[in-house]
Amino acid sequence: MNSEQNLITIKNISVDFSFQENFLSKKQKIQAVKNVSLNIKKGSFVGLVGESGSGKTTLGRAILAANKISSGKVIFHDGDKDYDLTNISKQELKEYRKKAQLIFQDPYSALSPRMTVRDIIAEPLEVMKITNTREETDKRVREIASKCRLNLEHLRRYPHAFSGGQRQRISIARALVSNPKFIVADESVAALDVSIQADILNLLKSLRKELNLTYLFISHDLSVVAHVCDVVAVMYLGHIVEIAPSRELFKNPRHSYTKALLSSIPSIDPEKQSNAIELKGEIPSAMNPPSGCVFRTRCPNPTHDCKEGNIEMGLIEVNPGHWVDQCCVNCK
Amino acid sequence: MTDLLNIHNLKVEFDTDEGRILAVDNVILKLQEGQILGLVGESGSGKSVTAKSIMQLNAENAVYGDNSKIVLEGQDVLKFKENQDLKVIRGGKVSMIFQEPMASFAPAITIGDQMVELLLLHKKISKEKAKSISIDMLDRVGIADADKRFKQYAFELSGGMRQRAMIAMALSTMPKLLLADEPTTALDVTIQAQVIDLIKDIVNEYKMGVIFITHDLSVIAQTVDYVAVMYLGTIVESGSVREIISNPKHPYTQGLIEALPDLNNLDKPLKPIPGDIPSPLERPTGCVFHTRCKLFESGVCDNAVPPLSEYAKEHTVACFKVNNNEQ
Repeated sequence: MNSEQNLITIKNISVDFSFQENFLSKKQKIQAVKNVSLNIKKGSFVGLVGESGSGKTTLGRAILAANKISSGKVIFHDGDKDYDLTNISKQELKEYRKKAQLIFQDPYSALSPRMTVRDIIAEPLEVMKITNTREETDKRVREIASKCRLNLEHLRRYPHAFSGGQRQRISIARALVSNPKFIVADESVAALDVSIQADILNLLKSLRKELNLTYLFISHDLSVVAHVCDVVAVMYLGHIVEIAPSRELFKNPRHSYTKALLSSIPSIDPEKQSNAIELKGEIPSAMNPPSGCVFRTRCPNPTHDCKEGNIEMGLIEVNPGHWVDQCCVNCK
Repeated sequence: MTDLLNIHNLKVEFDTDEGRILAVDNVILKLQEGQILGLVGESGSGKSVTAKSIMQLNAENAVYGDNSKIVLEGQDVLKFKENQDLKVIRGGKVSMIFQEPMASFAPAITIGDQMVELLLLHKKISKEKAKSISIDMLDRVGIADADKRFKQYAFELSGGMRQRAMIAMALSTMPKLLLADEPTTALDVTIQAQVIDLIKDIVNEYKMGVIFITHDLSVIAQTVDYVAVMYLGTIVESGSVREIISNPKHPYTQGLIEALPDLNNLDKPLKPIPGDIPSPLERPTGCVFHTRCKLFESGVCDNAVPPLSEYAKEHTVACFKVNNNEQ
């Protein structure tokens, strides 16, 4: 892939967490993200899907330099300047914070109840010292608030006066106020009702064009991802098992896990009987992952080699832009 | 055939410092044995309040309407005031499963002890018998190593397993009616598919009635036989699930379906319903949906409350514009 168009290049990163069960026991290690590579192109809407515990959020946070990266490289390309997140100075990190921002899942707990909407949106400007005078701050707050379709008269109110959809627009405005280039939206519509969800998705889409944004959209809802994302990466137990342009992925999934996920989505058509490929059991513990292909313990049709754990994991390109874990390349 | 459950003109208000808030108004529902009835609507539409009314689990400040009746197997449960009577319903004839199974189990008591406690409260059986029923039930809902899980705590189980244990506990007393309040919302799609299959199997096997509450129309489409769409505490449309999903008539139901992402048609624009759900303190006059409705006609829709009237067989709609046009 051409790395010049990339906004973010992720190369073989792993994120480990170490913990002790009690202070006498040996330190143990959990690998939440394992050997993940992903290129995020400028202006793209990249989806990241998977069950809970698959490492989606950890990967998102690692890209924002909010989690320590244990090995591998994440590089953020900003014009002529490259930020190497695994080797970043304090000054550079401060600059990077302005350029990469996060939108949270729950708009009820993400906003301080004691601050007015204006103060909530203005806080990043003050903390990052982007604006110098109060007039400048106010101007910037009004600008971004109207882009996020907030009523300017509402800026003086407190969050409790707003519904879920309006609150989510406030947290989007807060994330965008520092004029970032890259946004991680972590389950940003999961807590919203469908009609509000549609509204927020449309807003995110229109802001992408208007402000030249690039998104990493983390979600467990595949039909939402299908609608907004250009490229989708499927994660399972810390690994990316399949990456493809969304249409291709939904029409022609190759990995058994992706197939099972897609078949589990309930259809709105009551006539269409569900033919979900049943996955046995649940996602294994990350403390003790299966050897070889991590999906083999739940795979509906593992080959002999998969079962024995003989096959190493690694992505192979099967079609232009469509990458599948090699274990499943020849799966039916 | 008498109905298992017949809710008649249910009205629930809450006394608060800011005044009396109308949460549920004029709700009519019927349910037979072996049927699954879906309640669908946005947050604040009164789905949960309706279900909780059946067990009288609403907060202390709830006031039920004078004409409201909830008839369960011939008895009006709203007349029950004594704890003795309520105990027969709560966990006995009626069981409820909740959205967040972690919050519904006591964290410091084993799953097994909680199940046994429930059984001993409702049935005159020995502790050993209660234990064997519980383990059987855990096994029945697809939990492997049931006798091992019986001794574990809720935090030791994964999300899907906890929800299964919750269902096992709810079913152990053989209730006539199961209330499922967003039972799959907190689960991953693969686990959600398993839980939906489980609930359908159980209904077939035990012939109980189920009220299934969710905001997800696709889950409704795959799970229930009949559906009632709620908005701001009233039913705006109800009928058989096929009819409602393939031929929605109320503008609100249509809006909900249009806002839903459709995997078979990725180019479909997502169309939100305009405006926000009004605060319950500023309940619109007339049809509650008129502030956001595309068919709104001044003087008609904001003047009187449209009755829920029959549009077709197994399909009722509460909308002046729809019902008038068809006549």
